[in-house]
Amino acid sequence: MSLRIYLPGDTTAVALGADEVAAALLEQASKRSLSIELVRNGSRGMFYLEPLLEMEHQGQRIAFGPVSAGDIPGLLDALAGDAAQHALYLGATEDIPWLKGQQRLTFARAGLGDPLSLAHYRSLDGFAGLEKSLQLTPQAIVTEVTESGLRGRGGAAFPAGIKWQTVLDTPASQKFIVCNADEGDSGAFADRLLMEADPYQLIEGMILAGLAVGATRGYIYLRSEYPKALDTLNAAIAIAQEHAYLGDNICGSGKSFHLAVRVGAGAYICGEETALLDSLEGKRGMVRVKPPLPAIEGLFGQPTLVHNVLTLAAATTVLAKGAAFYQDFGVGRSRGTLTLQLAGNIRCGGLVELPYGTSLRQVIEEFGGGSYSGRPIRAIQAGGPLGAYLPHSMWDTPLDYEAFAAMGAMLGHGGMVVFDDTVDMSTQARFAMEFCAVESCGKCTPCRIGSTRGVEVIDRIIARQEPAANRELLLDLCDTLEQGSLCAMGGLTPMPVRSALHHFPEDFG
Amino acid sequence: MTREWGGLSIQQVIAKRVQEYRDVSGGLLPLLHAIQGDIGYIPPASVAAIASGLNLSRAEVHGVISFYHDFRSAPAGRHVLQICRAEACQSMGSRELEAHARNTLGIDYGGTTADGAISLEPVYCLGNCACSPSVRIDDSIHARVDAAALDVLIASLTDAGESK
Ligand SMILES: Cc1cc2nc3c(=O)[nH]c(=O)nc-3n(C[C@H](O)[C@H](O)[C@H](O)COP(=O)(O)O)c2cc1C
Ligand code: SF4
Repeated sequence: MSLRIYLPGDTTAVALGADEVAAALLEQASKRSLSIELVRNGSRGMFYLEPLLEMEHQGQRIAFGPVSAGDIPGLLDALAGDAAQHALYLGATEDIPWLKGQQRLTFARAGLGDPLSLAHYRSLDGFAGLEKSLQLTPQAIVTEVTESGLRGRGGAAFPAGIKWQTVLDTPASQKFIVCNADEGDSGAFADRLLMEADPYQLIEGMILAGLAVGATRGYIYLRSEYPKALDTLNAAIAIAQEHAYLGDNICGSGKSFHLAVRVGAGAYICGEETALLDSLEGKRGMVRVKPPLPAIEGLFGQPTLVHNVLTLAAATTVLAKGAAFYQDFGVGRSRGTLTLQLAGNIRCGGLVELPYGTSLRQVIEEFGGGSYSGRPIRAIQAGGPLGAYLPHSMWDTPLDYEAFAAMGAMLGHGGMVVFDDTVDMSTQARFAMEFCAVESCGKCTPCRIGSTRGVEVIDRIIARQEPAANRELLLDLCDTLEQGSLCAMGGLTPMPVRSALHHFPEDFG
Repeated sequence: MTREWGGLSIQQVIAKRVQEYRDVSGGLLPLLHAIQGDIGYIPPASVAAIASGLNLSRAEVHGVISFYHDFRSAPAGRHVLQICRAEACQSMGSRELEAHARNTLGIDYGGTTADGAISLEPVYCLGNCACSPSVRIDDSIHARVDAAALDVLIASLTDAGESK
């Protein structure tokens, strides 16, 4: 009997040496005439334990991590004896508290098996949402999504059902589903993890969205910084096509859906949905004036449903399990589960999926385990580069869109970047302005020019030149950016800047 | 990045790619990626051929090439080293890592080492934010890269390292 061993092929696992571990494993196994079956699974999102090696042992999966190539001989020795004595032994994977304490819906399958195995996907409820959708009318699918309370996971948290209904109700000869896989926020990696670990879930979500709104074509707009996700998606699409999940006769239903990946070219603004559409049309990624809404006039002027990776993925759960099941998770108007990504200076970083409503402090303390450096944590930037820097006093707010908005912050895509006490908040504020200057699409003067002015003003504050007057000037600039910008790039750049100034004034002279 | 294009001249490669993408809707970005994948950059002299093939103005094609950070109008070094400049990596010391890279290589962002081995570029997030600082070399991503680890990576990219 051969020993089945799992070792992730995920970007972060490989960046930490998983390929070297795999090579060492195969070499040692052949030296010892040990028969092993190596599965390159996706990651379970416990990045602090990657490379995480798992094996099937007495009917359950046991884990070791983080494993390096040099650990392999000792590990194979330990397996022959008492595995639990090995220094890297973590016990049954499912019982690791970090994982056990989560409530995984969208990421339930992540890391369990070979991401490209259709049989594996199907064995874990894969395509249940699609099969259900094939039995329903388009309106019934849309109603299910509306009633689930599902909101967009890309940052703006707009109710998905309203968009689906609009696209369904807009007649056109060609409609499109566009997946926003631009994931530009620093601290965010949930989209990448999902695409690498469970690509069929995204594909399924897009197909059933197509059935719902009457779209027969879909594009995944993927950022060029994700080469592994690109390979996985392309391979998964080819397999799905071969097995008639994509094409002109989906599962023998006579319905069509065609899907292709398009790669971005290194522009943060192309995550904004209308700039993304321009980019998909082969143009510069310039933000469009709304209205018209993309749901009415989107890609090539046609009705287009644009959603984040996680929104489309969550739709499979909504359809498979029903709106009521999904509604049951969460608080207030934030229904379902939230995917937090613990990043930056954090000891136990990775992906934490929980119902909305938990506090940030609870997540940082229970899952994060303090800073990586061992120094006190000073600030957390929540929701990406346009999000606020939060001091300790704000960590008890429940993780919920409205509660975060009420304190001048945002949850965004759920990336949480932790900084220890060596951070200088004026430098961080300066970076926010600099990033805006680098990534602005250039359409609005405040965003294009004001951001560069912002860098200069902060430089003067840092140099202690008339700090009081320059602080005033900086706040004025923030007002101008907020009021004179067409999109949230310029409109929200003031959020990190103001929060840094307001909560950490001691760093501004 | 290939240096030989199956016996084709640069013009022939471009003509072939233009042919391939001219009827793809919104095909300009995929075309530019394909050309850059083949020859390593978008030769300025090819703008006219691309424009006429896709029925665009030269200004439009040029505008697209210059808008996106990924597209380059001149060849890069044999390897492209990108250092993440975004917040998660900042929190783990990427500013020091950037300075170290510039000093070690003797070039700034956008530059290529004199031996043609390495081009240095900034990148804003590689999606590896739980294990920062991150760098990308060609298509591989490396996690928890400190100055010493970067030195090892750089050494493996120089001629001596490559011939091993
Ligand atoms: C500057 C900027 C960058 C954005 N980047 C992303 C992104 O990387 N991924 C994403 O899904 N949404 C991003 N968005 C939000 C999109 O514009 C849009 O709201 C989203 O794709 C809609 O999908 P959802 O309803 O599923 O959230 C960005 C918005 C702005 C203003
Ligand atoms: S705010 Fe900035 S990024 Fe947004 S449309 Fe205006 S110039 Fe473009």
